[in-house]
Amino acid sequence: MMKKILAQSYLYLLLLALYAPIAIIIIFSFTSSKSIGDWRGFSLELYSNMFSGHAAHSATIMTALINTVVIAVMAAALSTILGSIAAVGIFNIRNRKLRQAIQFTNNIPMINPDIITGISLFLLFISLGISGGYLTVILAHTVFCTPYVVLNVMPRLARMNPNIYEAALDLGATPLQAFRKVIIPEIRPGMFSGFILSFTLSIDDFAVTLFTKGSDGLETLSTYIYADARKGGLTPELRCLAAIIFLTVLILLLVFNYRSNRLAKEQQH
Amino acid sequence: MADNIMSFSPKPLSDEGCIHRAPDIPVAGHTAESSNEKAYIIEIDHLSKWFGDKQVLNDVSLFVRQGEFVTILGPSGCGKTTLLRILAGFNMPSEGCVRMNGNDITDVPPFERPMNTVFQRYALFPHLNVYDNIAFGLKLKKEDEESIDRQVRRVLKIVGLTDYEERDVDSLSGGQQQRVAIARAIINKPQVLLLDEPLAALDLKMRKDMQMELKQMHKELGITFIYVTHDQEEALTLSDTIVVMNKGRIQQIGRPTDIYNEPVNPFVADFIGDSNILNGIMVEDHKVQFMYQEFECVDEGFQPNEHVDVVLRPEDIYIMARNANAMISGRVTACIFKGVHYEMTVVTDRGYELIIQDYNMFEAGQEVSLIIKPNDIHVMHRERLYNVIDGVLADSTHIEMLGGTFECEPQTGIEDGADVKVRFGFDDVELMDYSDEGDAVGTVSFILYKGNHYHLTVTSENGEDIFVNTSEVWDDGDMVGIKILPQALKISKVE
Repeated sequence: MMKKILAQSYLYLLLLALYAPIAIIIIFSFTSSKSIGDWRGFSLELYSNMFSGHAAHSATIMTALINTVVIAVMAAALSTILGSIAAVGIFNIRNRKLRQAIQFTNNIPMINPDIITGISLFLLFISLGISGGYLTVILAHTVFCTPYVVLNVMPRLARMNPNIYEAALDLGATPLQAFRKVIIPEIRPGMFSGFILSFTLSIDDFAVTLFTKGSDGLETLSTYIYADARKGGLTPELRCLAAIIFLTVLILLLVFNYRSNRLAKEQQH
Repeated sequence: MADNIMSFSPKPLSDEGCIHRAPDIPVAGHTAESSNEKAYIIEIDHLSKWFGDKQVLNDVSLFVRQGEFVTILGPSGCGKTTLLRILAGFNMPSEGCVRMNGNDITDVPPFERPMNTVFQRYALFPHLNVYDNIAFGLKLKKEDEESIDRQVRRVLKIVGLTDYEERDVDSLSGGQQQRVAIARAIINKPQVLLLDEPLAALDLKMRKDMQMELKQMHKELGITFIYVTHDQEEALTLSDTIVVMNKGRIQQIGRPTDIYNEPVNPFVADFIGDSNILNGIMVEDHKVQFMYQEFECVDEGFQPNEHVDVVLRPEDIYIMARNANAMISGRVTACIFKGVHYEMTVVTDRGYELIIQDYNMFEAGQEVSLIIKPNDIHVMHRERLYNVIDGVLADSTHIEMLGGTFECEPQTGIEDGADVKVRFGFDDVELMDYSDEGDAVGTVSFILYKGNHYHLTVTSENGEDIFVNTSEVWDDGDMVGIKILPQALKISKVE
């Protein structure tokens, strides 16, 4: 009995340790105090400040938020297109050794530390004379997201009946039509999860963004928060932003899980 | 939208000959008997195909008439599927060309060929339902919906799947999926329907039913069927013409009865139906000697005393209780009930083992007599009497061939390093259990039982075939060491 209680309390302690920081931020987003730990009663002042632009930095916060989302969507879309095409190409390499070599090469950017990716891209853009900005950040994010899309699409291809592409050609489809009407529907779930993964990776990224954002004042959430924190304490409104992002991701995750559960059930029938 | 971007420009359909044709290919004797009653819809002209340095098709020529049901029959790896894929346009031949209605279509991509394929594993589109799978081809042609609708219902009726339109293809049984695959192909009204072992994945009962339905469909649709299978019974049941293939070459082309009754070589005789194949000598016309006895037969046109192969079908040998004046006497060693008949193994008094099928049962151990009628003896030209292999003389007592080095008797008059031809008999080769015990390594690739010994085809590491007589039992695919007696090697210089 005692053992059971101990075992369970261990689990709850662990969960508490994991979620306490986020919980505290969310709780203190509903008060108007400047610093965490100083509860001054329930208030939505910070939220209204953030959205109405009354706070000192709220305009910059909103711009950073928009930048982050735009970059994430662009990078994820680009990675999904590139990664899916690459996966089909890699999958169709006849030479087994070459195929394995390319798959291995594909995995390197994923284990490569972000800081290295960031510095190398920074140097590359400088040597090519491309000044940092939206373009470079999107390209940089595409670079580290694409391998994840490839990794998500490849298993779908492997599970596909290899004859269906030929069957489409046989029935009169040109290679492009066959790709669009037969291959894409088959790999779509892989493309979708690759897109979501790329999107979250892009939002999450700090190191690569820092090195590629250039000096024209482009800020994403991660770089803005970092800069803000260094200037002496976090802007209180960032607590609201953190709360909103956390809940959005949570909801997305629940929807995603519900969807894949339903898909799995459908396939069983 | 992108039709024009990706589509290859169709080759001008002129008949100015095949650009792929190598001028120095010898003309193979394997062509369907020529007759011009009906035009040839498909002409396969001296086709060869290499994958890397492996040759999978070797100078294949075949003519198919409009409306014919042609079956390409052979063991796995014989090149039959590659041939079909070249016809469909999925593979390009290394040499030779394919003509359709007299036009060279070798370079025409699959989506512009007026043929459709039924794949072995159905290859239905899993994200589409039955209706959309079948309508796929017509929708690409942008036919109007009403007409598509009518045609889908028509072909569904032909394949017996009325009311299955909305079903998910994954929810169908194997037989039903195959019907959808056939419907999806025939709705496009192809001139030629290619079928790649379409029934291989079905159970026996379903396969028999589908065979009958396919034959019926062929009759009703009037489409030319080219059917690939490894199942000889299926080929005999369905086809107007059977093409037997082995190791990338056409062995024989003919009607089912011709192939069965008049096989041209031991491979065909062994592959189609059961058979007893024995070594024999054609003493003179209508007289053949085998099993140390002379028999009357109906074959003629052989050299006097030519070495031949003799085929006896198990159902053609008469078996009875032993009596004094029968041609052959022996004793039954095994008897199996096969449903309609019994299959008995009889060892003759002179040591030949024969398979016999008869409605009457003779138990193991029983003494029996056998009668073989002249009509039932089929005599074939022997393809070879000894091995001839290309080699290089390494020094006066060693020769390099078959991917190894063999000892030979001291050679004079041939300088070291010269190209030579090496001749040796089938009985001079010894096969070793462990591949490192021999001078070269090979794989047993074909086994023929000849009544009192095995005639093996052994493929060496460098891809050359040698033929070996042995009384030992080997399995197909066994790795063996090859040893040859030095005094058996007859070496002559290549000029």
